Amino acid sequence: MENIKKVILNTVPEAVIEDKKILTVTVEPNKLHQLAKALRDNTALPFDMLVKLIGMDWGEKLGVIYLLASSTDLSKEIVLKTGTADRENPLLYTVTDLFETAHFNEREVYALLGIRFINNPDMRKFFLNSDWVGYPLRKDYDANPELNKLSLESKDIIDIAPRIMEVDGKLVEETVNIFAEDDYIINIGPQHPSTHGVMHFRTSLDGEIVRKIDVHSGYIHRGIEKLSENLTYPQILHFTDRLDYLSANINRHALCMCVEKAAEIEVPERAQYIRTIMDELNRIDSHLLAWACQTNDLGATTAFIYGMREREIILHIFEKTCGGRLIINQNVIGGVMFDIYADFQKDVKSFIPYMREKLVEYDRFFSHNVIALGRMVGIGVMSKEDAISYAVTGPAGRGSGWSCDIRKHQPYSMYSKVDFKEVIRTEGDSYARYMNRLDEIEESLHIIEQLIDNIPEGEVLAKTKAIIKLPEGEYFQRIEACRGEFGVYIESRGDKTPYRMKFRSPSMALVSAMPLICKNEKISDFIGIGGSMDYVIPDIDR
Amino acid sequence: MLSNYSQPLEFTKLLGWLDTTLKANMPEVWANLIEFVIVAVAFLTAYAVIALILIYAERKITAFFQARFGPNRVGKYGIFQSVADMIKILLKEIIHINNVDKFLFYAAPFFMIVASMLTFGAIPFGKMLHAVDFNIGVLYVTAVSSLGIIGVLLAGWSSNNKYSMIGAMRSGAQFVSYELSAGFALMTIVVLTGTMSFSEMIAKQEFCWNIFNGHISSIVAFVIYLISGHAETNRGPFDLPEAESELTAGYHTEYSGLQFGFFYLAEYLNMFIIASIATTVFLGGWMPIQIHGLDIFNQFMWYIPSYVWFFGKTAVLIFLSLWVRWSFPRLRIDQLLNLEWKYLLPINLVNILVMVILVLSGLTLTDLFPSLF
Repeated sequence: MENIKKVILNTVPEAVIEDKKILTVTVEPNKLHQLAKALRDNTALPFDMLVKLIGMDWGEKLGVIYLLASSTDLSKEIVLKTGTADRENPLLYTVTDLFETAHFNEREVYALLGIRFINNPDMRKFFLNSDWVGYPLRKDYDANPELNKLSLESKDIIDIAPRIMEVDGKLVEETVNIFAEDDYIINIGPQHPSTHGVMHFRTSLDGEIVRKIDVHSGYIHRGIEKLSENLTYPQILHFTDRLDYLSANINRHALCMCVEKAAEIEVPERAQYIRTIMDELNRIDSHLLAWACQTNDLGATTAFIYGMREREIILHIFEKTCGGRLIINQNVIGGVMFDIYADFQKDVKSFIPYMREKLVEYDRFFSHNVIALGRMVGIGVMSKEDAISYAVTGPAGRGSGWSCDIRKHQPYSMYSKVDFKEVIRTEGDSYARYMNRLDEIEESLHIIEQLIDNIPEGEVLAKTKAIIKLPEGEYFQRIEACRGEFGVYIESRGDKTPYRMKFRSPSMALVSAMPLICKNEKISDFIGIGGSMDYVIPDIDR
Repeated sequence: MLSNYSQPLEFTKLLGWLDTTLKANMPEVWANLIEFVIVAVAFLTAYAVIALILIYAERKITAFFQARFGPNRVGKYGIFQSVADMIKILLKEIIHINNVDKFLFYAAPFFMIVASMLTFGAIPFGKMLHAVDFNIGVLYVTAVSSLGIIGVLLAGWSSNNKYSMIGAMRSGAQFVSYELSAGFALMTIVVLTGTMSFSEMIAKQEFCWNIFNGHISSIVAFVIYLISGHAETNRGPFDLPEAESELTAGYHTEYSGLQFGFFYLAEYLNMFIIASIATTVFLGGWMPIQIHGLDIFNQFMWYIPSYVWFFGKTAVLIFLSLWVRWSFPRLRIDQLLNLEWKYLLPINLVNILVMVILVLSGLTLTDLFPSLF
């Protein structure tokens, strides 16, 4: 990391470097782009993945925190900070040209904090309507419902985007049309059977061919990050389940780990085992559903039911453990709330060979079907560079040949002690993503197999204080959820509630890549690619 | 030769008696009129009943494929489920939609139902159970069954909905393409039998079904007919016009109540019609299995009435169609058209030629083994 410091100081000599757990660099807004570019293009260790882009209101200053990681080694991280004291018209420079994933994130920051980004090609608000009054994540936000009344009137969608461009050193405010005048636009969503939730793609078609996609999101935005600021950590846990509800347990695990690390709580080993097993069961459950939904998107209803059938067994195990099926409320700060039941090992062990048998059946039934191959092979190709730039992780990122499994790069819980393969394919098409999921089910089974007989005796819940207060500081936690990297960021000012809470949504990255990989594909393939990306909407609309 | 065997369960005598009684007691015009009405009522009833049975059968069979129970609440094993559904759909409100082309919108379902009804009328269900015996039956069936596409196109166009429009356009392309293959496959058999009349075709298949008679060529034609017939009925893997995961419901998205019911009914009936044409043309129609010289065996076969043979054979083909539908994912529009224009059509054209050669050079089974067949 010393070399990196040199790179930073060479590029921006006045940068303030702090040696925290993660190297933190603070720069002026006008230097940030330059620094980010230097870090991204650093050949020895390129910081080319923008993990999180966190809009901040520090009180006197508004700003952004960037968490960068290296695509070659995800455990190498660096934090960039920048901010502006202008609260009336805060302007920062965009990094969208360096990291495509920044595009939606910057729009989100604009909607929630009012910071506009110079040179971002499309500076509409994400999540919120353009006429929303106030910026919710600002500390001086007025939440009076009178200001933003519930409107029952239908509003037309205006496909005109404002933006601020820097032309010859001067800032120019301009507008740009998203679609051409005579484009044939069709709304796929917000109510559509195959958008996997309340997602809205405005799609411009040329016959059956998709020319352009404009993503509208926020139909079920609940402001979880804002709500969290007034709640204690154990209370916030429940929100994590409602993000990506299909990897509820894993999301919750992430927040628990983040708080445990910050508060220095030692988690009993038995709880670690249980968490890991539950995480993997959750992953199988999620991948089964993803497989089932993808086959359904491609028109095979029977395969869909088969996926659901196997998933039911896992849900049954969850239900027996703690009463919940989809959202299981098991992880709590310090361990797990419920110990496993007496027959847990027996049930899981009988599930493993059964699932293996079914994987063979899936293979025979669907994976080599000639029509299925025609609908997946070579469709929706995403290159490794694009995957990194859009920060597309999980089975989709690994389908593009990018080793991005946090379980390998930054092992947590029991993952350093078990043997498993990171499934990587290089084709980058729908089929690679599809096969990755099926193979990951096998790997998960393998992980569970290694742990299930060795669960140590002992406590499952560490003793914690009645009120958990985190010491002042910034805490990052990254975890491998079912759809990719899930992340938690907590900024604490020493209170029992966080000062700022941010969740990294893997699905948002997946959706942001959709316009790229669906361009010039058929409309049916757009649906098929959506299935192979497997995004979950509440995860985006936090 | 047929009348040599006793046929206790056939309707032949009953129908003959009805005809003579009517004609003996009133002028022939009246008698004919009454017969028309009876036939029409019988057909309409059969149309509805067959659709209901098919819907129930499909739901049960699909449930079996998908490890589910299927309907099991209304009546024992849910056998009255379709009846309940029918009553529901009859009572349902027809939602009137603004900004549609009213006339075309309401006319579209009738095109569908009329087209399938017209085709339905020309099918021989059993011995003497044949409403009209055209001497160009095959041609007639091919012609009227393609009227249905007008309904689909009208529905898609008049709905003023982009999804419906895409569905209708897909349907148009698909129907026109596959109609061609289906027609050619039937033509292959016309070459073989030398007739276009269904009744003559059935008579010729007494000892040797067409599918065996023309061996290679017939089997190819049969497979092509099944594929393209399946595609014509808009059912998976060819259900692009109503691909529910892409276009919600395609061309009939905006329809509700009985109008939707018409589309639904027509879809099931089309499945039945395709299967029954395949049965008649390739599998001997209502003719029982007969073997030269085995009189006792033949007599036993004739104890099973001809309509049972017909519906049995048709049911096997329908089961096949369901099996395919519930196993395969959906094709994409370009793959669908490729399949037709690049593979099925050329194969078909060659196949007809092969059939002509087979017939002319006396290589059909009946020509080769006249004593057996």
